[in-house]
Amino acid sequence: MSLELNDTLQGVVDGLSSEYSEDLIEVYQSCDHTYIRVEAKNIVDICSYLKKKHHFIFLSDVIGTDRYTSDERFEIIYNMMNLRTRDRLFIKIRVEEENPKADSVTSVWKSASWMEREIYDMFGIRFEGHPDLRRIFMPEDFEYFPLRKEFPLLGIPGSIELPNTTPDTE
Amino acid sequence: MKLKDINSKVDPKFFKEHQRSIYKSLEDKHTTVEDIDSEDPLNAKMVLNMGPQHPATHGVLRLILQLRGELIEKAKIDIGYLHRGVEKIAENKTYQEFMPYTDRMDYLSPYSNNVALCMAVEKLAEVEVPERAQYIRMICMELARISSHLLWLGTMVMDAGAISFFIWTFREREKIYDIFDEVAGHRFTVSHSRIGGVANDFTDDAVARIKEFIETFPQELKDWHGLLDRNRIFIDRNKDVGIVRTEDALDIGATGPVLRAAGYGVDQRILTPYLKYDEIDFEVPTRMEGDNLARYFVRMEEMAESIKIINQCFDKMPKGPIRANNAKHAYPSKDEVYYSMEGMIHDFMMTDTGICPPAGKEVYHAVESPKGELGYFIQSDGTGHPWRLKINAPSFRNLQVLENILDGEMVADTVVIIGGIDPVLGEADK
Repeated sequence: MSLELNDTLQGVVDGLSSEYSEDLIEVYQSCDHTYIRVEAKNIVDICSYLKKKHHFIFLSDVIGTDRYTSDERFEIIYNMMNLRTRDRLFIKIRVEEENPKADSVTSVWKSASWMEREIYDMFGIRFEGHPDLRRIFMPEDFEYFPLRKEFPLLGIPGSIELPNTTPDTE
Repeated sequence: MKLKDINSKVDPKFFKEHQRSIYKSLEDKHTTVEDIDSEDPLNAKMVLNMGPQHPATHGVLRLILQLRGELIEKAKIDIGYLHRGVEKIAENKTYQEFMPYTDRMDYLSPYSNNVALCMAVEKLAEVEVPERAQYIRMICMELARISSHLLWLGTMVMDAGAISFFIWTFREREKIYDIFDEVAGHRFTVSHSRIGGVANDFTDDAVARIKEFIETFPQELKDWHGLLDRNRIFIDRNKDVGIVRTEDALDIGATGPVLRAAGYGVDQRILTPYLKYDEIDFEVPTRMEGDNLARYFVRMEEMAESIKIINQCFDKMPKGPIRANNAKHAYPSKDEVYYSMEGMIHDFMMTDTGICPPAGKEVYHAVESPKGELGYFIQSDGTGHPWRLKINAPSFRNLQVLENILDGEMVADTVVIIGGIDPVLGEADK
């Protein structure tokens, strides 16, 4: 599939392929947006390079997905925006199922903090270097990661202790 | 006479030891020996839990504040009390079936959420939306913005101490509810948008009501400006309170009016125009101060801009269909369903399997909801259900800002700052 890149995104692809040539895996487009998949180990360097050199100063979202494959099961997608040229860019990394972890980008964008906590809460991916990695929606005593595909829609009975609904009785 | 050390002041003449011990005992009465914390000699530190059941937290927000006297030293926010797992639910529903759930996300402006989801799916499945439906969506989204900002205005001013104001904004909000009742058949959770268009066209009555509303509302807005803009109490409560500094605003993840009050004109209607916003002439109000008062001005001016947008939409709105005329992409009209076999089959297929976007495609679409950038990220696996649906909720991002700006504020300003940030927990907790 041929790519239709504007000047900024072409600059990003050229810059990444010269500076981080061994980390760049693929570039593709889907529904008007450009997705770049890179190796997980250098994600912090790549993000700070994109922020400093290509002005992607606004981190819009960090998305976790469960691909449900035997290798490289989880995917983390960084949705960032260049406010000068109004371009949106998606950077993807993949993480193994066994002991999933990735480097935290909170040193690049402070706002990544809660978004990474959400991914940790929902998929169990640990972010190394995160200042305060706790669960954000579910309580700390919950043992499961609800957005993983094997977690049933109806939940697991007894997985969390609920408060007594009739407080005045024994 | 100084009461301390009584023994040195009196000189007993008889039973000297006994007298001394009595005076000593009197001196010691009601005095206790305490360990003094060397870091906090006045014992002014305390940890205050605010919420999740607190009327000023606008939902089930819990704040844990460490106070030194009246000053907030540190603050942490605990969310998740309204977590329903809508992203998990979405993976088990067809795209159209999931749409009513989005009403319950940001329940103060359900229409924006409906449209955001439908537009993301339309982009994914390449569905063309008729022009009239796009204008209907724009009009209703701007009404939803006014409705949401009215609630913010009423509650924020109430948090600052003026109760009657709340009733005036709710009188106007009631009119918008009546309009939605006429347009969509529901007052609150409208669910009016459909993939490929909207559920039904405006009735004449609905058009008349909206026109009457946009006729009368600017005068109300003017009265409120007159009441608040130079109100000493209101300004004292809001000025220099809860400052989001311009240099921090992007880094800590502000969005929507909070970001615009800090000096960035970031508005998805301008940055990545959707629907027909590129044909409409409107401005994005911004302020530089970043405090609560700046957020007040930004939101008030946004309401005036919304009225301008609705007026222009009515001028430009063409006649025509309100839903894509392609049975593989959108629900057929009820006339077809009731009177033709094919229509009924298509209706059944749309409900059962729904729209099936091509496998492996990904889409992100963001709209400017009243709270900020509201985006839907969808990954398709070729079936009628999304493989992964992620909601980029503006309130979630703004609550993160709240955690950063509370440090160093006074405890009495907490409720005003929460009011100024305007979070909706249904959206933040997903």
